[in-house]
Amino acid sequence: MDGLTHQIIAGIATGGIYAAVSLALVMIYQATHHVNFAQGEMATLSTFIAWSMIQAGIPYWVAFLATIAISFVIGAAVERLLMRPVQNAPVLTHVGVFIGLLLIIGNATGWIFGYTTKLFPTPFESERPLLGGLVSAHELGSTAVTLAVLVLVYLFFRHTRLGLAMRAAAYNPRSARLVGIRVGWMLALGWGLAAAIGAVAGMMVAPVVFLDPSMMLGILLYAFAGALLGGIDNPSGAVIGGFAVGVLENLAGAYVVGTELKLTVALAIIIGVLVVKPSGLFGRVVLSRV
Amino acid sequence: MPALLEAKGLTAGYGAAPVLHGLDFEVEEGGVTALLGANGAGKTTTLRAVCGMLRTAGEIRLGGQSIAGRATEEIARLGLAHVPDGRGTFMELTVEENFRLGAYIRRDREVQADFERMWAWFPRLKQRWRQQAGTLSGGEQQMLAIARALLLRPRLLLLDEPSFGLAPLIVQEIFAIMRRIREESGVGILLVEQNANLALELADRAYLLETGRIVVAGPAVELREDEAIRHSYLGY
Repeated sequence: MDGLTHQIIAGIATGGIYAAVSLALVMIYQATHHVNFAQGEMATLSTFIAWSMIQAGIPYWVAFLATIAISFVIGAAVERLLMRPVQNAPVLTHVGVFIGLLLIIGNATGWIFGYTTKLFPTPFESERPLLGGLVSAHELGSTAVTLAVLVLVYLFFRHTRLGLAMRAAAYNPRSARLVGIRVGWMLALGWGLAAAIGAVAGMMVAPVVFLDPSMMLGILLYAFAGALLGGIDNPSGAVIGGFAVGVLENLAGAYVVGTELKLTVALAIIIGVLVVKPSGLFGRVVLSRV
Repeated sequence: MPALLEAKGLTAGYGAAPVLHGLDFEVEEGGVTALLGANGAGKTTTLRAVCGMLRTAGEIRLGGQSIAGRATEEIARLGLAHVPDGRGTFMELTVEENFRLGAYIRRDREVQADFERMWAWFPRLKQRWRQQAGTLSGGEQQMLAIARALLLRPRLLLLDEPSFGLAPLIVQEIFAIMRRIREESGVGILLVEQNANLALELADRAYLLETGRIVVAGPAVELREDEAIRHSYLGY
């Protein structure tokens, strides 16, 4: 029984990471109607940036916040420099740019920081076992951090003027322009925010899976499964989906398919959702009367 | 004093084919100008050209300041609000959020007072305050679109067929509200309307468009009284 509880708690901890990446995917999807395949690679690059700062002796939380800020700038710059010129291009152009980004950022990361696996520190250490040894300090801490990020993002979109403007620009760019919203900048902000959220996910997962240039590859797949499960156009759904996939993956890994085949769970969920309920569990049905 | 909106030799179109061939028209400060004409005459295109949605040639001035070639969002910030065809409502968002977006560019402290003014003009919107805009009836959506545009505190309001697709009673209600807006707010209005009778009642100036050219221009009263125009262009 303790084993099962432990698997569920560990699942929630990794689920938090997936939820954060799912949210980043959904944010870009809502604004552009495409999935940013490079989201994971961007997060890996961010994590390496954090790693170099920590190696250079900068305290963990300073490096953590600085990495979030740098990632935000990188994300916004990607939108301004790469996505903006192709904003009216057909879907395949966007897919091409996303794949190009994935390859360029992934390989540049390897080229700059090397391909050897690195240890990434966790800021959460505990002398005593927590909850009777059911949960590690890092699991507890990283879940708290990802939850805090998700709540902050939610509050930002729900209760700030800028958040509302970003939602308006994503839903209906033409109308957004008519009320004076600078839609281009809202898109750049969205990319920046998505990259910052990805960076948090990267830094929280790196102590568990270790840091190397392909660290986020599998995580992006789980996150994508989570986003689809929750509904790719619904941010809260994607977050719930991310947590659900985390728990499912852990339980399946422990009791059904074994750890080697865990990634299959993500692919099975993706295919299952697309076949059975393409809009996802919480996919929004927009009511419209004319 | 220059007119609130002044267009000279305005040419615009989609892609290579021009739709408008050198239009001259104006809207007086606080006045209502109606653009009339058959389907495909270029009425909607004219509104799109004025608010920077299309590439244009010729002069467009808002309060004496040239706005030709500027981005739509920058023109909006200069005080031009547009209720486009399709209404420009954020269907996924609530009535309240649409109100807040309407006042997005404003930094003054009178936004709440303006919300209350809109509730007085459109009491039904207050009842629907937390409802998703997409679930509103056609008439309510048109009211929301007008309220959203007015919350920008525009100097000029562009209205594209406010009567489109609505029941006659609702149309009357909306035009009654528009007369009130005209009297109480002092905003200039450029109105595109299929229902020429209604439009000429509200307007003080009118232009008749035919395949991208202005064929008749004058005070609305004159267009309304002119038997020949009424018969051949306005169909009543």
